[in-house]
Amino acid sequence: MSNDVLVITEHFDGRVADISYEMVGQAKELAGALGGQAIAVMLGSGMADQANTFASDATIYVDDAALEQFNPEAYGRVLAALVAEKSPRLTMIGSTAVGMDLGAWLATKTGQAFVAFVSDIAAEEGNLVVTSNLFAGKMSAEVEPEGDGVVTAVLAGAFPAEAGQGSTAAAQIAPPVSLDGLKTKFKQLHRPEGGDVDITAVDKLVAIGRGIGSEDNVELAEELAEAMGAVVAASRPITDAGWLPKTRQVGKSGLTVKPKLYLMLGISGAPEHLEGMKDGELIIAINTDPDAPIFDVAHYGATSDLFDVAEAMLEELE
Amino acid sequence: MNIVVAIKHVPSLADELEVNDEGTNLDYDMVDFVLSEWDEQAIEQAALIKEASGGTVTVVGVDVIEELDNVLHTALAKGADKAAKIVGDFEPPVESRDQAQLLAEAIKEMSPDLVLTGVQAIDDLNGQIGPMLAALLDMPYVGVVVNVAVSGDTAVVTKEYAGGVTAEYEVALPAVIGIQAASQPPRYAPVSKIRQMAKTAEIEEIEAEEEEFEPAPINKMAKPVAAGHAEMIEGEPEEVAAKILGIIREKGLL
Ligand SMILES: Cc1cc2nc3c(=O)[nH]c(=O)nc-3n(C[C@H](O)[C@H](O)[C@H](O)COP(=O)(O)OP(=O)(O)OC[C@H]3O[C@@H](n4cnc5c(N)ncnc54)[C@H](O)[C@@H]3O)c2cc1C
Repeated sequence: MSNDVLVITEHFDGRVADISYEMVGQAKELAGALGGQAIAVMLGSGMADQANTFASDATIYVDDAALEQFNPEAYGRVLAALVAEKSPRLTMIGSTAVGMDLGAWLATKTGQAFVAFVSDIAAEEGNLVVTSNLFAGKMSAEVEPEGDGVVTAVLAGAFPAEAGQGSTAAAQIAPPVSLDGLKTKFKQLHRPEGGDVDITAVDKLVAIGRGIGSEDNVELAEELAEAMGAVVAASRPITDAGWLPKTRQVGKSGLTVKPKLYLMLGISGAPEHLEGMKDGELIIAINTDPDAPIFDVAHYGATSDLFDVAEAMLEELE
Repeated sequence: MNIVVAIKHVPSLADELEVNDEGTNLDYDMVDFVLSEWDEQAIEQAALIKEASGGTVTVVGVDVIEELDNVLHTALAKGADKAAKIVGDFEPPVESRDQAQLLAEAIKEMSPDLVLTGVQAIDDLNGQIGPMLAALLDMPYVGVVVNVAVSGDTAVVTKEYAGGVTAEYEVALPAVIGIQAASQPPRYAPVSKIRQMAKTAEIEEIEAEEEEFEPAPINKMAKPVAAGHAEMIEGEPEEVAAKILGIIREKGLL
């Protein structure tokens, strides 16, 4: 095992995703403390310019037509070969739609430990201390992974992106393994249709979560939003249930918003939701559970029934 | 089409979570278990595939606390054809990687065409059984999936990215798919039907080849220490409402 830290970067639409820079920045610090190198890895096709944007000690850019679009099988094969070759102490991958297909798979294939939901990694006296956010952010666990190397799935926003941005020249290579006979084929991308309000461009959002209880109650939120000149947004369970269109979803698999006001009714504050709204200027959360993680992020909070408060607000506004 | 759904029982978040005396994990004596929410989506997606293209659906899970029957009966009431539980003298928690090992052994025997599982489970460091199963079964894996359509020996799956963008993949079967959300919200199973299943349905018992697992040692588990905490607004709903509106007005937002 080497003392290197491998960072699996990712990109979309020809641009490196912020999470990659966030991880590279932290990897540099950790590799320094461990006495190894921070190695950024990028897989793609025709992406050489983007591969040169990391502040890593070294960057490996694997270029192949089969890697142009994310393909979990093709990417997995290449990464398993690279991890076997480099035998890094730590491999960092994003807790993203890409990383969630690869991290646990890679760890199992290469016989390494795996830690998901990672919010922090520190090097203390040569040991790695990894913090994982369990139970939808309700618990935080600190571990020192055992064995030969660990793969960690890092939450977006865990580290600042600036420290990972740089201009290290990438070494371009061809895939170290054959990419023939893939059972998984990328077909096409679908982009969302426009037409609905753009919640990323709105100043005031009233966001509802599972606490709203039923589809009928969405109307109350609509009324309150209207009275405030705001627009209704939602957590994932609401759009999954079809109570609001997908265009209103805030979070990891939804949209990232930075409104002047984000009023939250019955949203617990799972990490996937926080990812999309934690930079809101004024966040006010109403939730009956005093331990709801959202209260660690909101500026103001009330442990009240959302229906009582929403109705009282409506009354005052009218 | 032989569809297997791998499921996991996880601590319920509806109750307050308590840490054990050593501060190294939950106090599992104080925990109620529920089906992991993404596994419920996987069961629904399996039922939808069966309705669209035929086949049988088998739901299987590790019965860590010997209370999995109700979850399995519910799955049967929602359209699964068979249910199986992996039994042994387990002590919770049995981590995802160990459950994946047990599930892989059981699933191999079932010779599935398609294995569905929830995209994640939030109750341990491993977080995801699906990719581990795929690695152990040597099958391709696609996760964060919101639709699966099967035709012949391929599945067309829709994987979700941020901002409403999705990607379509064609996967040669057998494969493991990690379900984020079924293409329709999970159906409701009437209590009467679940009761009927409890009376009539047979749950296959699969003896675990290994029963003792050592969870990865955790130095410390605690409620997260946040950098900040919301300033809490106290009072009756009317007072809370007035104070909230006051804060919003103060910022010139009303
Ligand atoms: C890959 C992936 C991507 C994801 N992407 C997203 C995403 O983009 N956006 C997203 O939101 N989630 C996303 N999730 C889901 C996320 O993990 C959570 O499941 C989700 O955010 C929970 O939504 P919620 O807070 O509305 O529901 P819950 O967590 O169930 O919370 C409901 C809250 O309502 C409170 N409540 C109940 N009744 C009342 C009442 N009467 N008054 C006041 N409060 C009440 C409860 O105390 C509870 O805290 C994703 C998950 C995965 C795996």
